[in-house]
Amino acid sequence: MATERMTVAAAMVKALEQEGIKHIFGYPGAAICPFFDELIKSDIQNILVRHEANSGHAAAGYARITGKPAVCAATSGPGATNLITAIATAHMDSVPLIAITGQVVSNQIGRDAFQEADITGASEPFVKHSFLVKDGTTIAEVMKKAFYISGTGRPGPVLIDVPMDIQKQEIDFEYPDTVEIRSYKPSFLGNKLQIKKAAEALKNSSKPLICAGGGIFTVNASGELLQLSEMCDIPVISTMMGIGAIPTEHKNYYGMLGVFGVETAKYALKECDLLIALGARMSDRSVTSLSPFHETVVIHIDVDPAEIGKNSPVNIPIVGDVKKVLEQLLTELNEMKHPRWQDMLYTHKSERVKRNTDNEKSAELVSPKYFVKTLCKYLPDKCAVCSDVGSNQIWAANNVVLSGQGRFITSGGMGTMGYAYPAAVGIKTAEPDREVVALSGDGSFQMSFMELATAVQHGINVKGVVFVNNYLGMVREYQDKNFEGRRTMVDLSGSPDFLKIAEAYGIKGETVSGNDRVECAVKKMIEANEPYLLQVMVDRTERSLIE
Amino acid sequence: MKHTISILVENNAGVLARISGLFARRGFNIYSLAVGVTDNEKVSRITIVADGDDYTLEQIEKQLNKLIDVIKVRTVKPDELLQRELVLVKVSCTAAQRHELISIAKITQAKISDISIDSMTLELSDCESRLENFQELLRPYGIKEVVRTGTIAIQKGTAALRA
Repeated sequence: MATERMTVAAAMVKALEQEGIKHIFGYPGAAICPFFDELIKSDIQNILVRHEANSGHAAAGYARITGKPAVCAATSGPGATNLITAIATAHMDSVPLIAITGQVVSNQIGRDAFQEADITGASEPFVKHSFLVKDGTTIAEVMKKAFYISGTGRPGPVLIDVPMDIQKQEIDFEYPDTVEIRSYKPSFLGNKLQIKKAAEALKNSSKPLICAGGGIFTVNASGELLQLSEMCDIPVISTMMGIGAIPTEHKNYYGMLGVFGVETAKYALKECDLLIALGARMSDRSVTSLSPFHETVVIHIDVDPAEIGKNSPVNIPIVGDVKKVLEQLLTELNEMKHPRWQDMLYTHKSERVKRNTDNEKSAELVSPKYFVKTLCKYLPDKCAVCSDVGSNQIWAANNVVLSGQGRFITSGGMGTMGYAYPAAVGIKTAEPDREVVALSGDGSFQMSFMELATAVQHGINVKGVVFVNNYLGMVREYQDKNFEGRRTMVDLSGSPDFLKIAEAYGIKGETVSGNDRVECAVKKMIEANEPYLLQVMVDRTERSLIE
Repeated sequence: MKHTISILVENNAGVLARISGLFARRGFNIYSLAVGVTDNEKVSRITIVADGDDYTLEQIEKQLNKLIDVIKVRTVKPDELLQRELVLVKVSCTAAQRHELISIAKITQAKISDISIDSMTLELSDCESRLENFQELLRPYGIKEVVRTGTIAIQKGTAALRA
């Protein structure tokens, strides 16, 4: 490509085009105006959100479904600081997010100018890397590096902060084809010796278990995972980020582990003699007690060496791209059978399923668990179920049914309320032919329902579901358990009728107050060819878990 | 246990903030920190003395390696390490005490860098334990000020840490 004379703002847009960017989620302000002004001339579609944090969540949803970096943009100062929660959320869940922020003019930096915030400083703990562009001639290199760093290895957010005067600076622009960073070499293949060791250990195991994490989706390794599980007859459990890594109805799948996980998954973790952790951080929320691990051989496969051994002891560490390592491992293995072990888990699971179903039938108003199952019954294979944070997240995580193409998208590590709706907006923008449903509680929904306007304005056909119980249910549960039932700050009285809120935005919907109405309402929602909202009145006593 | 960690970094703006921030937010304790440019002006070398068990050290190294601007990280065993730190000590010193302080300087191989009517500033470059001895020797005279550079370290023998 030949060198062209243009402003830095124009160069940024050209770079985004070169990276294949089709959409940007943003919110303007003076300091980012030169950049937005250049976007007018581009085919890149700019989607105006209603709060900067949601531009980040929307871009994160977009990135998680496409597997490629997605872009959000905000102005300096409060615009930029509002982005921090979204950046931190993406960081925790290893999402490739590019955040572009405007900054006050260079000679005002450090003088506490109007809308000045040290955003590279403030976001530092939550980014994979960041750039403050002080010299416009570096912009091509910065943009190329940002996309490379964000999208490779363990993906993560990269922030690019550009002062207003730099955006207007004229430069000679040529976008590089490749980039070389001597200090950044994400490793891809696994160590051969370690892989042989892992295969050997697996052959000696009678109760092996796979724990699938979000890393499976990062490198699209579901196929290899399924192959390993089926060929070697290994049960699979998942972290919250790993839900859907293999179809949830697969005979080898036993659910999500962790504090709010499925009993059978916890039981499997306790009983197994070998654990293969695949692209999972083994965080405090997943692995609550390490003691059962004493005699369990742990094989931890992750692209980030810092995650291996951080949260749980490991016997065979393998650093590498999960997909490539699985391919390598599969060549070392032959068919295996573990019928007794599978029977043990299957029996455990069957008992639990029966107990759950009985509980759902006796619910007053709507059982949210029954609702999630019914919703999934009618959703097409190519769907995305986004959940917020709180009881609704657990109801969704433990009852969602996904085939190979379906995705469950939630804020796993950070537990950011208000994530579902904007993330759904991002997903639907990326793949309009995917049916996208955002499940929220009445608490979370009130943190982001302003984005109904975004859906309406840009014709983004997102389906919203709000579970209403007038409680911050998960905190209430926590208080009941740990504060002798003294409830404080969890009563959401004063919340609006969400159907009226939807109507005010011109969005159609329905209120569902009984299990018998669920099926009909769900079908109607899915058939709607426009944004739609279901207000689901759930049993006030409904907890996240039965146990 | 104390570890001496040598870090080669790209000489970019903000790199020190990234590293010190990492230590702070992950709860790693820093005893001393020294920074300077290397023979390559694009590369700086940071020497950090930090506290922690083996798990902590492993985490420090891995987390440092994740920073894009970090080129290399090396922790060398204490007995393979040549460590130096420079201290400037300003002590009270009457005319009558000058000879005593001069003799302390001679024995410890310290340099007398400044002198006034009632004070003397001594300078010593040595390993940490000797600097501490040195300070103890000076304490009875009345220490007015102590300035230390923080430890720098290099591996003994021909092995070299280069970008």
